[in-house]
Amino acid sequence: MSKVRSHILVCGGTGCVASQSEDIIKNLEKEIAKIGYQDEVKVVKTGCFGFCGQGPIVKIQPDNVIYVMVKPEDAEEIVSEHIVKGRKLDRLLYDEPLLQQKIEMHHDMPFYKKQYRIALRNCGMINPEDINEYIAFEGYQALGMALTEMTPQEAIQIVKDSGLRGRGGGGFPTGLKWELAAKSVSDKKYVVCNADEGDPGAFMDRSILEGDPHSVIEAMAICGYCMGADEGLVYIRAEYPLAIHRLEVALAQARETGLLGENIFGTDFSFDITLKLGAGAFVCGEETALIHSMEGMRGEPTKKPPYPAVEGFNKKPTNVNNVETYANIAPIFLKGAEWFSSIGTENSKGTKVFALAGKVNNVGLVEVPMGTTLREIIFDIGGGIRDGKAFKAVQTGGPSGGVITVADLDTPIDYDSLKAIGSMMGSGGMIVMDEDNCMVNIAKFYLDFTKDESCGKCTPCRVGTKRMLEMLERITDGEGQSGDIEKLQQLGAAIKDTALCGLGQTAPNPVLSTIHFFREEYEEHINDKYCRTGECKALTKYEIITDKCVGCTACARVCPVNAISGKVKEAHVIDQAACISCGACYEKCRFEAIRRP
Amino acid sequence: MSEMVKATINGKSIEVPQGTTILDAAKTMSIDIPTLCHLNLHDFGIVNKVASCRVCVVEVENRPALMPSCATEITEGMNVKTHTARAVQGRRTALELLLSDHPQDCLSCAKNQNCDLQSLAGEMGILDIRYEGESLEYEKDISSASLVRDPNKCIMCRRCETMCNEVQTCGILSGVNRGFDSFVGTAFNLPLNETSCTYCGQCLAVCPTAAISEKNNISEVWNSLLDPTKHVVVQVAPAIRVAIGEEFGMEPGTLVTGQLAAGLRTMGFDGVFDTDFAADLTIMEEASELVHRIQSGGPLPMLTSCCPAWVRFIEANYPDLLDIPSTCRSPQIMFGAIAKTYYAKKKNIKPENMTVISVMPCVAKKTEAERPELVSAGESDVDFVLTTRELAQMFKIAGINFTELPEEDFDDVLGASTGAAVIFGATGGVIEAATRTAYEWITGEELEKVDFQQLRGMEGIRSASVDIGDLTLNIGIAHGLGNARKLLDDIRAGKSNFHAIEIMACPGGCIGGGGQPYHHGDSEIIKKRAEAIYREDAGKKIRSSHKNPQIVALYDEYLGKPYGEKAHKLLHTTYKKRDKI
Repeated sequence: MSKVRSHILVCGGTGCVASQSEDIIKNLEKEIAKIGYQDEVKVVKTGCFGFCGQGPIVKIQPDNVIYVMVKPEDAEEIVSEHIVKGRKLDRLLYDEPLLQQKIEMHHDMPFYKKQYRIALRNCGMINPEDINEYIAFEGYQALGMALTEMTPQEAIQIVKDSGLRGRGGGGFPTGLKWELAAKSVSDKKYVVCNADEGDPGAFMDRSILEGDPHSVIEAMAICGYCMGADEGLVYIRAEYPLAIHRLEVALAQARETGLLGENIFGTDFSFDITLKLGAGAFVCGEETALIHSMEGMRGEPTKKPPYPAVEGFNKKPTNVNNVETYANIAPIFLKGAEWFSSIGTENSKGTKVFALAGKVNNVGLVEVPMGTTLREIIFDIGGGIRDGKAFKAVQTGGPSGGVITVADLDTPIDYDSLKAIGSMMGSGGMIVMDEDNCMVNIAKFYLDFTKDESCGKCTPCRVGTKRMLEMLERITDGEGQSGDIEKLQQLGAAIKDTALCGLGQTAPNPVLSTIHFFREEYEEHINDKYCRTGECKALTKYEIITDKCVGCTACARVCPVNAISGKVKEAHVIDQAACISCGACYEKCRFEAIRRP
Repeated sequence: MSEMVKATINGKSIEVPQGTTILDAAKTMSIDIPTLCHLNLHDFGIVNKVASCRVCVVEVENRPALMPSCATEITEGMNVKTHTARAVQGRRTALELLLSDHPQDCLSCAKNQNCDLQSLAGEMGILDIRYEGESLEYEKDISSASLVRDPNKCIMCRRCETMCNEVQTCGILSGVNRGFDSFVGTAFNLPLNETSCTYCGQCLAVCPTAAISEKNNISEVWNSLLDPTKHVVVQVAPAIRVAIGEEFGMEPGTLVTGQLAAGLRTMGFDGVFDTDFAADLTIMEEASELVHRIQSGGPLPMLTSCCPAWVRFIEANYPDLLDIPSTCRSPQIMFGAIAKTYYAKKKNIKPENMTVISVMPCVAKKTEAERPELVSAGESDVDFVLTTRELAQMFKIAGINFTELPEEDFDDVLGASTGAAVIFGATGGVIEAATRTAYEWITGEELEKVDFQQLRGMEGIRSASVDIGDLTLNIGIAHGLGNARKLLDDIRAGKSNFHAIEIMACPGGCIGGGGQPYHHGDSEIIKKRAEAIYREDAGKKIRSSHKNPQIVALYDEYLGKPYGEKAHKLLHTTYKKRDKI
């Protein structure tokens, strides 16, 4: 029997696959075969490492060395230098922007140092398309334990004691949800996994499904045992083809291994899972809308009660949890509720995965204990703001949340603290903004999203979000009027108070919170017809200060519409009629000779 | 008896059965909460509880947001405040938002003064709409002869969808598009005439605005009356006389048969006739057919065929069962056929110089009149169809003081009718009328009591057995197409033992038709119309169709035998399979 001495882990998440990681794998395998090392060195296509901004990622084990931004042509050198000669490739190591030094070891990287991976425990570690690798990392032990050593009530008690709350945004206690579904009496019940991740920029659930699909399958089976369901459904958006593929592979392997199907672990418990593909509507993340969509109806929410635990899919008791919630289940059973509840804050236990994006150096997926501060996430894990710019705000909770300013950066984040500072946990989108982001424009961006994603059922959401957006458009187009801010606030408050579902009830949040924290920017737009960041083109006019212009022609050369003219070494002028306010000249000028009024 | 729950509304305690909504509980305390999308025709078990308009929101303690009172059930200990500034502000904002995306052409709108949105705006004192912006700009669907759809006036209340999908089980209408662009439309946005819509008009009967209205034929009728070369006759369906008074402020259920005849005569119709005459004729044929089918071995059950929406329904949904409906044309069409042949001959008028106008409680009748197989003479048997509402509008346009009109009789030849005919207007009436005649024909004895109470009522599906000599006649009745579907599924499965089944597409029968004055969600109105129908029947001297002297004369002078050759040509029809979309 051959003994593998080294594993080369290559990220097979959607982002890295898009950057040719599959070619990297092919080339690595070719190079290894060339030198005849195929029995000693194994190349593994794993799930997401989370360090997406630096992808494709390649990790060499057991050396614990991470290479970043690897290209297919680097395969030869990785093999000939690192694998054969044991010499690390300096040029592929991560260049830490704050410390300005190369970091080779995984655990030394600030990006990973403060993370605590429970839901993402196997992502970037195992081959998601091989059930044996999952099993080797204690996979399906939790299910075995629940089925053979516990009553459903005892198993539910563990989830209750752990303090786990729903990771999809609502934060409802998971154990309680399972208990309600267990108590509903019915001949048929369903376990549903909500994989309809829709926040702009968020990809927590996709990465879990791509990197560790069995963790979700195992947890759904445990849930089925707890509540008395024999059928599971994963509602997943069709634009996640890789996640769908990996789930399909995982389901087939689980069935083949007897971990799904009849009499699992030799017990009376039978359970199987099918996939339901969604067409990609944000509102279908709302559980009643999701259920209607699965039933083949229009994806629209209905009022609760009745809750799905009583009347859900096909009018039968149904438990709906999202991907990340399920991914926490197996470790809770294996390490105990006490262990899980020792992590986090008083009312928010465990960890939370965030999709860190925006103007931050380290863009990617991070999992941190509840109670970590935003400053730690953005500045330690995220490596601070890109290009040395100033931090302005961070949006959590996606289009349902609000902005958080520098004043609240040291808040230990959990469900309650985020609410207290005017935002929310949401499903984990976290978008960082710097001084160049116009807050009116940001509010407009989010509202445009929710307006598009409104199902159109209730009046406040269908018409109200449209009217708010139109007001914001007028403001950013320079047609704002005094009183607009108050009108936005009034309408926003009324929509929150009257909309039918969570989508509508939270849609005004980005507008209300930016007005709260950045009212002066709204006032500048409305009263002075001025956008300080230059993002609102209609309010931005660039001018060349004749005295400062040395006639270097850099601005004229960079202008995409040839709106700048002037002779070499003479002051240039901008033709205002032709100018599209793109700001390229402003960025280019080294003499501060261009003014943005 | 369901469990009782205690709650507080506006500081006062209340105890209601579990499952009672805040809206209904408040009503018992004389607290009115405005509604718009809400619809509850409790006598028919029809409820629209989508809670989409948000016009009925109220404050509920410990709930973070306002709750829709129409869809929120009272729970133990609930504390509700219905008229606080916060609730009123929420309701007004919802209404203003609706208005900001609604055409402001009230003065020339089909629903002017009959529009729930308009009334609500008045009641809630909307003097200024604070929000403005883009409006929907979809094209109107004028493809059918019955209905006009204007998506720009749709407020997404989904009442039509509830009627079309849950009550009628037709599935033609559904919310389409997302967000601001949403409206209730058809699959693939097909024009209505390319769908399997039955044109029952129940969508229109409940639409709070003019998003769905009838195809208006008033101007065609005026033009006919203006044309000196035309002999214009009009027929009035049974259900009109018990409903049209509502349009003039009269109590629901007021009988205005005499005023109707007088009003039509005032407007200059050359012959003012009664569809009841044709209803008696229908019974002659239908009862003959039933007796024939019972005596010659089927096919049974025989289904009534007066309702054109129901006919379209079976043609699209049960094409394998097209041999069981009666082959009788509907009374409206029989009238047209007789008018353009027998009457024309009697009056020495060429059929092409005649115009037959129908006044029907129904919009499906407009499409029925255009069916190409229903032509006996001239271009068509019936030229134009008006709904009850359209006729009322004509009276108003003409300035006729309807309530003060004298009571007059219908004209002779096609004007006499029996009590059996008038009950065609209510569910169960056609089959009761047929039974009255079939009984006497089969037994050869005179009925002592013509009232068959067991066939009356508002339950969606009813059945009764009537002993006729040695035969026990098993009768089924369904109104509402969803109920009809249940009986048809039984027939298809071979589980039906009925001899005859009456089916009407509209809940309540023709009195609840899509062309009737709007009931605005009050099912009491429909029940009062039914009472009036049976009142009219009870007051008639002759109450069985075969005893109508003008009908007897018609057969003697022109048709020959009931169910005979000439009758077949003029009074019977065939059905065809329709594609289902």
